[in-house]
Amino acid sequence: MRLAIGSLELAHPVLNGSGTFDAIAARRAFGDALLEDFPFSAFVSKTITPEPRAGNPPPRLYETPSGMINSIGLPNKGLDGFLAADLPQLAELPVPLIVSVMATDRAGFERLVDGVSERDEVAAIELNVSCPNVKSGLIVGEQPAETLALVSALRERTQKPLVVKLTPNTADPAAVALAAEEGGADGVSLINTLRATALAPGTGDAWLGAGSGGLSGPAVRPVALEQVRRVAAEVSVAVIGMGGIETARDAAEFIALGADLVAVGTANFRDPAAGIRVRDGLRNSVVEGQSLDLNLRSN
Amino acid sequence: MSARVLAPFGARACEVVARRETGGYVVFTALDDGGPEPAPGQFYMLSTDGWGSDGGRPFLPRAFSVAAAEPAQGGVRLEFLLDAVGPGTALLAALGKGARLTLTGPLGRPFSDPDEVNRGAPGAILVGGGIGIAPIAILRRLLQARGVPARTLLGFRDEAHSGGLELFGSCQEVGLAFEDGHRGHQGYVTDLLQVALKGDGAAAAAVYACGPPAMLEAVRLICADRGARAELAMESPMACGYGACFGCAVPLSDGGYMRLCVDGPVVRANEIETALVAGAGHR
Repeated sequence: MRLAIGSLELAHPVLNGSGTFDAIAARRAFGDALLEDFPFSAFVSKTITPEPRAGNPPPRLYETPSGMINSIGLPNKGLDGFLAADLPQLAELPVPLIVSVMATDRAGFERLVDGVSERDEVAAIELNVSCPNVKSGLIVGEQPAETLALVSALRERTQKPLVVKLTPNTADPAAVALAAEEGGADGVSLINTLRATALAPGTGDAWLGAGSGGLSGPAVRPVALEQVRRVAAEVSVAVIGMGGIETARDAAEFIALGADLVAVGTANFRDPAAGIRVRDGLRNSVVEGQSLDLNLRSN
Repeated sequence: MSARVLAPFGARACEVVARRETGGYVVFTALDDGGPEPAPGQFYMLSTDGWGSDGGRPFLPRAFSVAAAEPAQGGVRLEFLLDAVGPGTALLAALGKGARLTLTGPLGRPFSDPDEVNRGAPGAILVGGGIGIAPIAILRRLLQARGVPARTLLGFRDEAHSGGLELFGSCQEVGLAFEDGHRGHQGYVTDLLQVALKGDGAAAAAVYACGPPAMLEAVRLICADRGARAELAMESPMACGYGACFGCAVPLSDGGYMRLCVDGPVVRANEIETALVAGAGHR
């Protein structure tokens, strides 16, 4: 377990999952109290794309047993809007900033990586590869060869640590993780949401405006644990484990299976301070000299 | 009243100090120790012990506008009006005195002053429907305390869906509409709004409304037709309540979406494309 992503050293192991905490909006709701005890050791932005996106038509959410399906559609201001409007505000956070980027072709990714790389406020870049490549029609993150090609090309363009966000919707996530590592990634984060859908009550119609979405929350935690186990056994770069983490005990399970860092995602929706709970729970077990194994056996 | 009151960071536990049944609904009172006094129109994300116990649902907290707030014992007493319509509201409606409530808030953009809604407005026209009378109740009390004339129009389906009327005091000067006609005007509260906006007064009016999506859409269309300015307190399914999940998208009149939790729940009627938001009312 290392508290670092490449050259980026972190104060503790708890990050946020991309798209599960909006520090700018949270500051509007909670004020500067948010900055006084910020939950995460680095802040991962919501994914930005080269051009602005409005996002998917509602409904965008569906509550499931122990989880939820979202179909948000990556609303964002686009690269230029992000750099002009959001980056100055995110730079006021007391922790390093990791910017999540996604594009549907190589040129789009290159533009994003070039654009954020030249900004000192950006500490690292996360590549959201759960999207189709418009040329091949393949989801990049489901294909080791596509992942290797993309990461290799982007690696040449930036000195900043690169993280590849892995999709769980693939037969062999470890093979994709190895491809990311071979391409020069400094870390892999997993899992992204599991593809899922829901029907409108009493009808055969899809509930979500976009037809389907991604499942998250404690419902996916066992899947995430298994994928983290398989990936961590293969790669030597930083592994950021996530998927339904609600408590320090949950986080400790990911760490026990090989995660260096963990991310809190859907739990942020239920309690804005969930990250603080997880962080302090892990920290207390260290301070008290307990091993994480002890933490695993406690409730 | 127009300033957004900031919430303490994180969900916190409160004690339910009173509960009463009213006209088919439940009003419960929670003592928010050390919490701030909310502004009318703001809301809280609520959950309680046992959340997730029934087959893993409810999972997400539920958003409720505050119906009344009184400073008390270094904190604030908050009243919420609710109807047990799904797994989350069923647990909340069953909370008795002494039960533990978990809340985050106050959240969101509150109602604006009448003068901000429409400069020079002589007063306010308040329109509430069904369970949506909650934020209208707290708004009315604040306007009364400030001596701002407020004409109140409330609509209900029938007696069994008319809880919370007592939040409006003696109900004097309150116009009532019941769909079943057993009391007040037989029909919709929007019929009363049509009458209230007749004549030359509409252009000077400041209308405030909360209720089911179809009612809010009718209010929006009536106000647009009469040239009346209005604020609507809306609902949309939300996971977080503070801008994180981007789930509560409401279509804007000039394209794109707003996040209702941070840019609402109170919106200007002319800001939005429609009040009929897909997914609103989902249980």
